Amino acid sequence: MYALLWRAIPGPGWFKFLVCVVLIFGVVAVCFTEFFPWLSEYMPFNDTTVGA
Amino acid sequence: MTHAQAGHNVPLAQEVFPIAYQRGPSGMGPRNARRPRGASSPMRPVAWLIGVMGELLVTAGLVLGLFVVWQLWWTDVEGARAQNEIIAEMDWGSAPTGPATATENHGPPPVMKEPPEDGTLFAQMYIPRFGDDYVKPVAEGTDKATVLDTIGIGHYNGTAMPGDLGNFAVAAHRTTYGKPFNQIAELKNGDALVVRTEKTWYVYKVTESKIVYPQNVEVIAPVPGVTSDQPMPELTDRFITLTSCHPMFSATQRYIVHGELEYWSPVGDGKPKELVG
Repeated sequence: MYALLWRAIPGPGWFKFLVCVVLIFGVVAVCFTEFFPWLSEYMPFNDTTVGA
Repeated sequence: MTHAQAGHNVPLAQEVFPIAYQRGPSGMGPRNARRPRGASSPMRPVAWLIGVMGELLVTAGLVLGLFVVWQLWWTDVEGARAQNEIIAEMDWGSAPTGPATATENHGPPPVMKEPPEDGTLFAQMYIPRFGDDYVKPVAEGTDKATVLDTIGIGHYNGTAMPGDLGNFAVAAHRTTYGKPFNQIAELKNGDALVVRTEKTWYVYKVTESKIVYPQNVEVIAPVPGVTSDQPMPELTDRFITLTSCHPMFSATQRYIVHGELEYWSPVGDGKPKELVG
């Protein structure tokens, strides 16, 4: 899977590496700003209130 | 025996191990020649599928690890910054300090109306036990997304407002999201809990700390401890209740701190002595 990605990126090795770093940064950014805040709503360990 | 005769009787190495001397197009030698390349083998797709599944599992593990980092560290970074910004933006002006401290009024204090909308900022909370510079914003409602995760301290809908007869009940995170009540377990009886609205200081003193289960809603009743099947006595006291999670990083129980109003003071009179020195 990742080997396919590596082969799909054109250019020399250092360029592929650079593109991968940018891709990883993008995925982490989406996780931190969109995915995790959404997911945390369903996590029980953040409850601080009494009642429902 | 002549040399020519020996050539006939002793077989050449090429004749004994023919495969070892066959060179494939890649020139890799015997090992390469034995394993057929390409999709002609039935094992290839299975091996590929297992490889992809392994990569997906490793990725899932990394994402879960990243979630822990986000929850335990990043929400704190963001929360603390957001809460400080909110306090700065409230811009109520600092109370006059100087030698004079706020006069202690023990009569009925002015009480503001409960804001109709969740997320409305209406107070600031000072807890000297948590540090001299501890001040956090208080907003209406206890919804996680709009109040507890983003603003800080949330006021339970329908409970008393600061200074009012009944129970001014608030909740906040003990871990993560700026953790306003991180040190709640360090509060001792007699510690000051100071609430400021735009015009008034309300100084409460801690009377009790305890651990309850999430369903024990009587802790935020107008008279703490009176359950819903008991008649509510006439309100004569002005309570405050803080709730947070317990144990830390868990949701099985709740840490509860009760307090009672000691005095109030108009903000223009100066800071309460609990916040000076």
